[in-house]
Amino acid sequence: MINFVLLISRQGKVRLTKWYSTYSQKERTKVIRELSGVILSRGPKLCNFVEWRGYKVVYRRYASLYFCMCIDPDDNELEILEIIHHFVEILDRYFGSVCELDLIFNFHKAYYILDEILLAGELQESSKKTVARLIAAQDSLVETAKEQASSISNIIAQATK
Amino acid sequence: MNNFGLDIARLGFPYHHSALSDPCPRVCEAKVAKLEQLKTIGRELAMGSQGGWGQTKEFLDLVKSIGEARSKAEEDRIVLREIDTLRRRLADPDVPRRRMKEYLIRLVYVEMLGHDASFGHIHAVKMTHDESLAVKRTGYLAVTLFLSDDHDLIILIVNTIQKDLRSDNYLVVSAALVAVCKLINEETIPAVLPQVVELLGHPKEAVRKKAVMALHRFYQRSPASVAHLVSNFKKKLCDPDPGVMGATLCPLFDLISADTNSYKDLIVSLISILKQVAERRLPKTYDYHQMPAPFIQIKLLKILALLGSGDKEASGHMYTVLGDIFRKAEHSTNIGNAILYECICCVSSIYPNPKSIEAAAAATSKFLKSESHNLKYMGIDALSRLIKINPDIAEEHQLAVIDCLEDPDDTLKRKTFELLYKMTKSTNVEVIVDRMIDYMISINDSHYKTEIASRCVELAEQYAPSNQWFIQTMNKVFEHAGDLVNIRVAHNLMRLIAEGFGGEDESADSQLRSSAVDSYLRILGEPKLPSVFLQVICWVLGEYGTADGRYSASYIIGKLCDVAEAHLSDDTVKAYAISSIMKICSFEIAAGRKLEILPECQSLIDELSASHSTDLQQRAYELQALLGLNSGAVEAVMPSDASCEDFEVDRSLSFLNSFVQQSIEKGAQPYIPENERSGIVDIGNFKGQYQQEASTHSLRFEAYELPKPSVIPPPTFEPSIPLSATTDLVPVPEPTAYTKDAHRASTKMPSSTDALSADVGVRLRLDGVQKKWGKPTYSSSPSASSSTSSASQNATNGLTHTDGGGGSVSLQTRETSHDSRRQQQAEVSAEKQRLAASLFGASSVAKAEKKPPTAAQKAPKAAAATKEKAATTTTTTVPSTPPPDLLDLGDPTSSDTPLDDPFKQLEGLLGSTAAASPGIINPPAAPASKAPDLMAIFTEAPTGVSHSSIDPGLSEIYSINKSSHIVATKKGPNSQDALQKDATARQVGVTPTGNNPNLFRDLLG
Repeated sequence: MINFVLLISRQGKVRLTKWYSTYSQKERTKVIRELSGVILSRGPKLCNFVEWRGYKVVYRRYASLYFCMCIDPDDNELEILEIIHHFVEILDRYFGSVCELDLIFNFHKAYYILDEILLAGELQESSKKTVARLIAAQDSLVETAKEQASSISNIIAQATK
Repeated sequence: MNNFGLDIARLGFPYHHSALSDPCPRVCEAKVAKLEQLKTIGRELAMGSQGGWGQTKEFLDLVKSIGEARSKAEEDRIVLREIDTLRRRLADPDVPRRRMKEYLIRLVYVEMLGHDASFGHIHAVKMTHDESLAVKRTGYLAVTLFLSDDHDLIILIVNTIQKDLRSDNYLVVSAALVAVCKLINEETIPAVLPQVVELLGHPKEAVRKKAVMALHRFYQRSPASVAHLVSNFKKKLCDPDPGVMGATLCPLFDLISADTNSYKDLIVSLISILKQVAERRLPKTYDYHQMPAPFIQIKLLKILALLGSGDKEASGHMYTVLGDIFRKAEHSTNIGNAILYECICCVSSIYPNPKSIEAAAAATSKFLKSESHNLKYMGIDALSRLIKINPDIAEEHQLAVIDCLEDPDDTLKRKTFELLYKMTKSTNVEVIVDRMIDYMISINDSHYKTEIASRCVELAEQYAPSNQWFIQTMNKVFEHAGDLVNIRVAHNLMRLIAEGFGGEDESADSQLRSSAVDSYLRILGEPKLPSVFLQVICWVLGEYGTADGRYSASYIIGKLCDVAEAHLSDDTVKAYAISSIMKICSFEIAAGRKLEILPECQSLIDELSASHSTDLQQRAYELQALLGLNSGAVEAVMPSDASCEDFEVDRSLSFLNSFVQQSIEKGAQPYIPENERSGIVDIGNFKGQYQQEASTHSLRFEAYELPKPSVIPPPTFEPSIPLSATTDLVPVPEPTAYTKDAHRASTKMPSSTDALSADVGVRLRLDGVQKKWGKPTYSSSPSASSSTSSASQNATNGLTHTDGGGGSVSLQTRETSHDSRRQQQAEVSAEKQRLAASLFGASSVAKAEKKPPTAAQKAPKAAAATKEKAATTTTTTVPSTPPPDLLDLGDPTSSDTPLDDPFKQLEGLLGSTAAASPGIINPPAAPASKAPDLMAIFTEAPTGVSHSSIDPGLSEIYSINKSSHIVATKKGPNSQDALQKDATARQVGVTPTGNNPNLFRDLLG
């Protein structure tokens, strides 16, 4: 099971965090500090895995962004490495050649996408197409809802005032 | 806006997935033009996303300023200001919903950066009630990110979730299900369970899939809640949608790992699914890097591994499909290797089949031979699984394993230690544990240090070839990780020294003890020793410091005084020290020798008599009292070497009966048990005349513990003190001493247990526990050394001699090849092979060098006097110098004997045949470990340079530079992509001009 997902930049800035196991805010800060220290200092040719407090952290670097996932000791590291890649491919498809900037300003979108890929710490969908379809459906619905909300309800609100 | 360049680093997404290729693009030369271009793109992009996703300038400014913050402190200031703003805004009763949505996203951002935004949690909860899906989804997203499943606000969301699960819009249902997975706890499961189960039949596969995952989560939270749904899971396995089927494997895996037997009926269908998946029967969309649905394959393999474990018949069905997968496997992609690894795990878990194992071993060796560290890591892991079935598989890969062990990559190293730990036998325990200890010394990570220390202890206890080795190993572990190991390990060591190994051979035991004393006296010279270790040292010195007559009592006492003085703040150590001094003194007195009290000892006693710790006071007074007694009495109180003798505790204190009788006749009140007199404050009456004495050593400033009836009477057992005095025949000069001795005599507490346990009540109890815990160790250690003694002795000696021979040979070769570097390299690999031989035992290398054991055993003795022997010992000392010295490897001859390891010298003193073994085993390790160190320097140097060039203050600009290269090199067409993307975004109408006039105004303003 994946215990948490972390996206940190090379400067150690947090870009996205998702916690599937329970951690208090204090623990979270500590975990991020500890892990970014460990991971950012690792050389390029080394393993993409780090053993940490009895768990394993699998990370992968894309340009200046590190995608990290903390997993149980009996999980398959290579698989997790590919889940990270799967996530990035979907992000890429969604944003159209994704960059860190996309994630910085649209981190909530990234959360929605992550929610379609991982659920309760497990991979729920391994088809990129399915995920893309679902996200698109949500977006279109949100957009129409937004329009409706801004047009109708505003009119009503103003009329009733 | 100009500063946006900072974050423009493209994600550098590799389009051609050669999975082994490093995803990080390399930085190359800077080109100003490109940089400028990139800045523009960045700006455009920022504008585009601004317009596209409807965020206000405020939000963008926040993100931007945090992106530009140069220090954590600055970032914190910005975030705190933001928190203030949000708090104010949210307090406003009518915030427009759209604004509210953004505030929530800002709150999420704030929490993501590690700050507390709990004041806004309730707003997130409120937002889930909203009618509009867009707003509702934001609300759900925020609550899943904010709240953990034990949060108080959950109860407010359950109702909304229930409503949303009934919604006819599948997106609403999906959003609610995502929240269910995160938020529903054990208590609230029943509230949503029926609805979630119903959703298993939802027409939309996305909903079915999420419902399955939600049920899986429920199972993790409370297995009983979904116990009746097993049939539903089995049914979902046949869902027409592969996504749902794949999701169903998650709960099934958990269910099956809890109870394998009731799912055996699934084996056939699972195998057929796996077969179909592997034959690409699933839709193409499930392919990943040309592999058919690899994630589903992996899950299936995991389940099959569980089902086939120890079941010959079930495993029989699997061999064919496993063989197919092995055959079709793709070694060039990461995902292909992931499947292969899972296959190996499966093969090693199910009932063994020679053909499958062969395939698995072949795949493992491919992993190990790979250049990629990831694959090596997986290979080591796979190997540690396979050797459980067939230990011989490791032999082929011994050099690869040694390479991994010496790799600069810590992760790989640790994994390799794990493998070594699993393959430890009595023949290779010394090499492995030595290695582990060396590594343990070199790391700082206390979590792993603890783990590896406990592994060392475990291996040493299980396979120790000799007592001396065991004690030395434990010494090293204590010295370097003493504060991390369990206190029971220390007690165990003391007990071992006290009890000895065999029992029938008294002289060996005493030799063991004096060797321990020797080593401890030496170790005491070192500056910083962990408290636990000092306790052991004090205890051993007290018990056995003067036992063999080589050290005078005053010498040992002086040492103990030094310990006590050097550790002023550590009461436990001081207590051990003073008790040990007491033991030495009493042994001296009992032996009738004249005892001089050193001035430092006297001052220590004086100091402790006035200590704030009553325990220390008591010990000091006891010692003082003891010094005034005659030898007979002292011997009765402190019998020599009696730490292992059993003593009976008369819990009912029957020997006091006559005194009690007398007292009652004289009019004293009878004793009322504590539970009966609870609430009675007037104990003074009961204590009567002894109150004063009691107060001297029973006043406690810490909270009283609850009375525990089963405990051995604690030292402050009031009635026993005076009573035993009368029954005892010890002549008593003064009251305080009198009570002390009497108490001691009455409880018949031998000296050792006193030191071990009497000082703290808690430890007393622990000691009892420890006995149980320690027992198997003792029974197993003798079996390792004594039952197979002759055989294993021969074997180890043979082995060590082989190594010794190798060592001397290597010395000669090294001497001759001083100038030739190439030869030295060859030498290193020879050393590696030797290390491999000592690790893996039966290697061909070892065989080649092996001599007949009889000759081997004699050889060291015979050679002891000769020069050759001297030469070997000098070489052996070279490796044992601390790691930093390994680096001046330039001329090994220059490192001289004075740097000798204390243990080696100790062995020299002992002069037994065994003494040669650990010393000589080291040499292969040394040069080998030099190699990686040097490597580390080389590999670190370049990275260090690159870091230093990036790190300095102006890193922002630098990173712009860097990112620009990244884009330039890695993704040539990307800048165009981005432009295009922006252009299309504008065309489609997500630009500010199209949809959000307000927002645009914001921007302009």
